[in-house]
Amino acid sequence: MGHQETVYDALDHAHGGEGQWAFGTGFDEPLAGVDTTVPEGIDPADLGAYCLMLGDDALVLCQRLTQWVTNAPELEEEVALANCGLDLLGQARLLLARAGSVGVLCRSRALATGSIPDEDALAYFRGPDEFRSSGLVEAPNGDFGQTIVRLLAASSWRLALFTRLRDSRDPVLAAIAAKGVPELTYHRDHAARWLLRLGDGTPESHRRAQAGVDAVWPLLADLFTATDVETRLTAAGVAVDPADLRDEVRGVLATVLERATLTVPGWPVEVPSRGRAGEHGPELAALLADLQGLARKHPAATW
Amino acid sequence: MSTDLTAEGGHGAVPTGPEIPVEPKASITRRDWPLYEVFVRGKRGLNHVHVGSLHAPDDEMAVHAARDLYTRRNEGVSIWVVKAADITASSPDEKDPMFAPSGDKVYRHPTFYEIPEDVPHM
Amino acid sequence: MSAPTLDRPAAPDETALQEHFDATIAADKRIEPRDWMPEGYRKGLIRQIAQHAHSEIIGMQPEGDWLLAAPSLRRKAILLAKVQDEAGHGMYLYSAAETLGADRADLTDKLIERKQKYSSIFNYPTLTYADVGVIGWLVDGAAICNQVPLCRSSYGPYARAMIRVCKEESFHQRQGFELLMTMMRGTDAQRAMVQDAVDRWWWPSLMMFGPPDTDSPNTAQSMAWGVKRHTNDELRQRFVDMTVPQAAVLGVALPDPDLAPDPATGRYRFGPIDWSELEAVIAGNGPCNDERIARRRAARDDNAWVLEAATAYAHKNAP
Repeated sequence: MGHQETVYDALDHAHGGEGQWAFGTGFDEPLAGVDTTVPEGIDPADLGAYCLMLGDDALVLCQRLTQWVTNAPELEEEVALANCGLDLLGQARLLLARAGSVGVLCRSRALATGSIPDEDALAYFRGPDEFRSSGLVEAPNGDFGQTIVRLLAASSWRLALFTRLRDSRDPVLAAIAAKGVPELTYHRDHAARWLLRLGDGTPESHRRAQAGVDAVWPLLADLFTATDVETRLTAAGVAVDPADLRDEVRGVLATVLERATLTVPGWPVEVPSRGRAGEHGPELAALLADLQGLARKHPAATW
Repeated sequence: MSTDLTAEGGHGAVPTGPEIPVEPKASITRRDWPLYEVFVRGKRGLNHVHVGSLHAPDDEMAVHAARDLYTRRNEGVSIWVVKAADITASSPDEKDPMFAPSGDKVYRHPTFYEIPEDVPHM
Repeated sequence: MSAPTLDRPAAPDETALQEHFDATIAADKRIEPRDWMPEGYRKGLIRQIAQHAHSEIIGMQPEGDWLLAAPSLRRKAILLAKVQDEAGHGMYLYSAAETLGADRADLTDKLIERKQKYSSIFNYPTLTYADVGVIGWLVDGAAICNQVPLCRSSYGPYARAMIRVCKEESFHQRQGFELLMTMMRGTDAQRAMVQDAVDRWWWPSLMMFGPPDTDSPNTAQSMAWGVKRHTNDELRQRFVDMTVPQAAVLGVALPDPDLAPDPATGRYRFGPIDWSELEAVIAGNGPCNDERIARRRAARDDNAWVLEAATAYAHKNAP
């Protein structure tokens, strides 16, 4: 062991003890040192299911943004999209770890060996029917315009939610939300800046941005109807009824689109979420095949 | 070796012979964005320090990209960006030979392009 | 050139400028962008820095191919942060090249048109996740050997960019080594993956330092100018000496039967390198040359409308 430490020391010394590299690249598990006791009156199964919804949204959108890395319009944008992806990945890890900490692991443990941490068991060893992500984040990227419109919609919704979740009765969820608010503010800001430029740029960019809006808009339909889990947790002071987010999200989107000289489509007819019920299209299955393939091939491995 | 190779820049052997062109070609429809210089104040009580540059279409995007690239590890509390072309320089110790038209610029930016022969009246 | 005007002193003559330049180099001081410099120095630096930058940007791809499939969320975070760093390194370096009169978009064109090159190491495919670890350990390790001396490059902006790059690069090597350590403690299949990756990357890593000094005529001028600080062979030897004990810690075999300590020098002797392979890869016949360039071309061409939009918006909204 002595020699091994020397190798590490030498490498560690080279960066002069500079602080952390990026969130989540250290050795600690996401919730290490956090008191994960569930406050009285909160159903752990509901809390875990809710964390899966929010964690899966972040994980799936991270995966989508990552598809742009090495393909982005400019180097500055490679860095920006990777930053958003890293933030969302961090949120996903915290939320999945929270779900695991309250015993919500779905069927993942039937496949994942004990050495695999909860966050990875949930990310890599659940089937598509056990994912609770929304159709908004699952949809393929489309071109850069559509990617930006989706990022604007997803970050606006999530920011409206996380702002409120900072007061959740579950202190862990409240802390995760508080960490996420500045990150999501930045994502929304980034997407809005870009949409102004695409909408009010050239005729081609305007056409593409409008096509992106038209493609993304129907995906807003199922974001604002509470599931039974959300209804119960809202009553318990843990979650937020997504219907309460509608006015803010709609207002933000309309403001940005109008400033971007884009046409705001009619609000879609709201329906209960299929994604939150575990119903997904082939896009999610393909995305999960990429995500999970290697980990599943080596269920006894540690990485 | 048929070509001159040297591990001169970081990641290993690359050709280093005269066959590798370096000068900017004439670019009639320049699609790239202007260059901005970035200054970051690492913490309160310190001056802003020049940390590098980046390309951005306008001031707002420049400061945004600077935050992404140069402070993504929370190094800075305050960022300034300025178009490189807007900086006027005086560096008596740097022996600029001619005080030429570009002599008051911070860098040797590609103000002058080689004009290809098939472009008339340039 | 126009005649000197009254308020502008006449340009010093070339001999005096050359003497001042030589004296600055001799005193181990830095040359800064507005200094007079010999054309050969300026052009050589643009070539060196540009091809270094291209290597960072193309170097995002071999590992980037595993971003979607990283086998744990922690590994995904590490890899995403690393690939993002490489984009940042490319940007720092292009910035340094621009202080010499180059133009980033033009350099990108030259990369895509294959007029300028990038390190041949990035034309090899990443076949398993162990390749991510081995790239960090061997390829980034070799890059650190090359890059640390460049922090003392005679050209100020390049040296400053390299200090920043080297700081971040140490994370990269560390994460690679740590991944390999973890895999070697894992399953038999994981250990086999690591050994296979080491077998494939060892010789290309040694080739990263370039041909033997006897076949590298530009090295002498680069060293005289303080642009390059050590010869190819010196750096290669340093890398081998550093890496052999690390391989022992990992428990992997390096695929060279001739590799042995030399009691006389305390250094490691190693077997002959197949230079024809390097030549083929550099010439564009590596396994992935076309794919690497095609992706940069697509990123540029498919998204040109985005850049045009931002430019148009900036013009409309100019103060």
